[in-house]
Amino acid sequence: MQLHPMPEFGSFTLLLALALSVYTLVMGGVALWRTRGATDGAASRLGETARRAGIASFVALSCAAFALVWASFTNDYSVSYILHHTNRDLNTAYKFSALWSGQEGSLLLWAWLLSAYGFVLRVRHKVDVRLTAFASTILAGVQIFFLLLLNFAAPPFAIQPGPVALDGFGLNPLLQYPEMVIHPPMLYLGYVGFSVPFAFALGALMMRYPGEKWIHITRRWTMVTWLFLTCGIFLGAHWAYSVLGWGGYWGWDPVENASLMPWLTGTAFLHSVMMQEKRGMMKSWNVWLIFSTFLLTILGTLLTRSGIVSSVHAFAQSNIGDWFYGFILIVFAVCLFTFFRQRDHLKSENRLESLVSRESSFLFNNLILLAACFTVLWGTLFPILSEYVQGTKVTMGAPFYNRVELPVGLFLLFLTGIGPLLAWRSTSLRAIRRNFVLPGIAMGVALVVLVAVGVRPWKAGDDWQSTLFSLVTFTLAAGVITAIASEFLRGASVVATQTGKNLLSSMVLLVRRNTRRYGGYIVHFGIVVMFIGIAGGAFNRSSEQEMGFGDAITLGQYRLVCQSYSQDSNKNYDTEFALLDVYKGGKKITQLAPERRFYQASQTPSTMVALHSTLESDLYVIYEGKNPDTDKPIIKVFLNPLMNWIWIGVLIVVAGTGLALVPSLTRAPVRIAVAEPVLVAEVHHA
Amino acid sequence: MPSARRWLLACLVCVLAVVMLGAEPSARFNKVGHEMICTCGCGQVLLECNHVGCPVSPVMISELHTLMDGGGSDTSILNWFAAKYGATVLAAPIRGGFDNVAWIAPIATFLLATVGVGFLIRMWTRRRVPASASGPLVVEDSLRDRIRRETEY
Repeated sequence: MQLHPMPEFGSFTLLLALALSVYTLVMGGVALWRTRGATDGAASRLGETARRAGIASFVALSCAAFALVWASFTNDYSVSYILHHTNRDLNTAYKFSALWSGQEGSLLLWAWLLSAYGFVLRVRHKVDVRLTAFASTILAGVQIFFLLLLNFAAPPFAIQPGPVALDGFGLNPLLQYPEMVIHPPMLYLGYVGFSVPFAFALGALMMRYPGEKWIHITRRWTMVTWLFLTCGIFLGAHWAYSVLGWGGYWGWDPVENASLMPWLTGTAFLHSVMMQEKRGMMKSWNVWLIFSTFLLTILGTLLTRSGIVSSVHAFAQSNIGDWFYGFILIVFAVCLFTFFRQRDHLKSENRLESLVSRESSFLFNNLILLAACFTVLWGTLFPILSEYVQGTKVTMGAPFYNRVELPVGLFLLFLTGIGPLLAWRSTSLRAIRRNFVLPGIAMGVALVVLVAVGVRPWKAGDDWQSTLFSLVTFTLAAGVITAIASEFLRGASVVATQTGKNLLSSMVLLVRRNTRRYGGYIVHFGIVVMFIGIAGGAFNRSSEQEMGFGDAITLGQYRLVCQSYSQDSNKNYDTEFALLDVYKGGKKITQLAPERRFYQASQTPSTMVALHSTLESDLYVIYEGKNPDTDKPIIKVFLNPLMNWIWIGVLIVVAGTGLALVPSLTRAPVRIAVAEPVLVAEVHHA
Repeated sequence: MPSARRWLLACLVCVLAVVMLGAEPSARFNKVGHEMICTCGCGQVLLECNHVGCPVSPVMISELHTLMDGGGSDTSILNWFAAKYGATVLAAPIRGGFDNVAWIAPIATFLLATVGVGFLIRMWTRRRVPASASGPLVVEDSLRDRIRRETEY
């Protein structure tokens, strides 16, 4: 009998992690039950052993992850997973990324990241011992599900029967791209991370946690998780743009949708939770928002893994769907039971006082985000419904989402601008006039300028819808940016008056005094910049041509001349490429080399896009292949205006979220007890 | 009134004719080509399928050219493709019947939710306890502190 020490070590650590997680759940639960009325020394000690078992499960899962990476680096093709997802000549970084390139590995990554989050939570248990104990026990329950999958349904260390192969089948070529080394872990950090606020919310509800301190405790968790998910989604979009070679970045694929849904509900939660934190409102709503966000992350993993909907992300599919259905049902039942049992604890402490207030803008913001989420979910699942009702599947592609989601997106952009201008509780007519004059003027000016420079939907023929969308987006963006800038300037001028500092120093001080608020404004600014980039898509152009030596293709201001075309080969892939000189205004500005690769191990082709990127537009060139009759390459060129604005917008969002995570100079007290409603005629938010 | 309706229909026909005549053939080809999916399994929009040696998209594009040159309307062309390749060739459900549910449900949900939120706000604001009418509002220090705290963001 042949021995496989590392795979067997990995399998053992997975079993050990499962046993430790079961111990954390059961003993943690028993300890919480026994200490529910009064302190009990023995039960507290039992709870402590459960906490330590949870920490140990992280160590066990780290060993399992290490064993799989080790097997990948040592080309251990006795492991079926390694055989199917790597090969000897694979680049070192991609050997590491093989950990999440298949189903078993990505489930292991899920479980390991969850245990890592659990590790941090359990180590920091002194923040609130009892609440953390609840959260730790709930997280252990989630972890057990993934460990059951890893041990019994999709074992990553399964041994390949028969003699050991000399080389593996290789990694999917689409995954052999630098962003693919960080996009999946980033996305998973986001998916998995929502387990923590979920566990805290469920735990706080179970123990009838007084006040809103649990929100304060989980605020950073939620924001960091949201940030990871944001980065993960946009890294995926950038990967699609750079690798798939169709000139776009978002195809409304079911798996893309699966990542967008928890992002939308998570964004809604980040907004509405402020109403609970500050005014004790929307408690039931917030609890269900975070429950839904967590359930949507599980649904996303189900969609990615089960193959119930057709997707280009068919990297890892199998029939583990039943496990996920069961888990989703159990989680939903637990949430529902806890909610109905403790719903009297979720009564609002205050009521909405005016339609024109920050609170109502949050309500509408939540409405829009949830409408967008519902539309995405509906579009993703409608093919299944259609097959059930009329026996035929339908396709829910970009035309559906663009028509339904664009108006929703524009309304959201509008609210992004007006929300921060409204005061809490109620806004007077005078305040509305004062706050909205400048943004209104900016929108008017932008509209006139845009029409003057030629953005005229009534003259755009068949493109009138996309041109109209762009016109409205640019106009709204001008208003929102002005609103954000005026908020900064108004606050800074108040600080300048108080401190005698100059405007710039005052602005820095203003931001440091309330990083959360001004970080949020910067995030809004980033979102607006992204919208501008998206709206630029209305003016995309493309051209395709067979290009021999010296042939030229012109698109917009650019002229591309073919210098040469050739082919090359290395151990991992064969490649065909063309060298194109790019001219602008008669002057050579760069040389691009679009490429087509053919990976030997997997016997599949892949596109390497050549890109010349500026703030104004992207020149996006792909090598489509050779015409078999003439043996000349076929080159397709896209001119995508304002594309970079999307990625810059994401960077601004990241910076804004990072700023919001930094503690303010003056810390706001946290509501720890229920208080009486306050009666005030009008209170401004400054 | 029948005559008014006839005038209305005539105007509609004129407007449509102007719009249709004004549409460039290439723009129309681009529009219709973006309303279909390549059936090779790539899941990409027909005119964006970039697979080298894709056996399906060149045939479909050629069929699209032929049908457009034949003078068919957009709907008849899309129906022809749906009949030949199945309903999944259409990038969005546009065949009527149950397909309409795909479009109506999100809009109906959004409208219902908007009305619901509006109703909720109205209900909440009506329930509000009115501010004291007997005298000027007296704001204590503790109250000021609480207002500041609650309105910080």
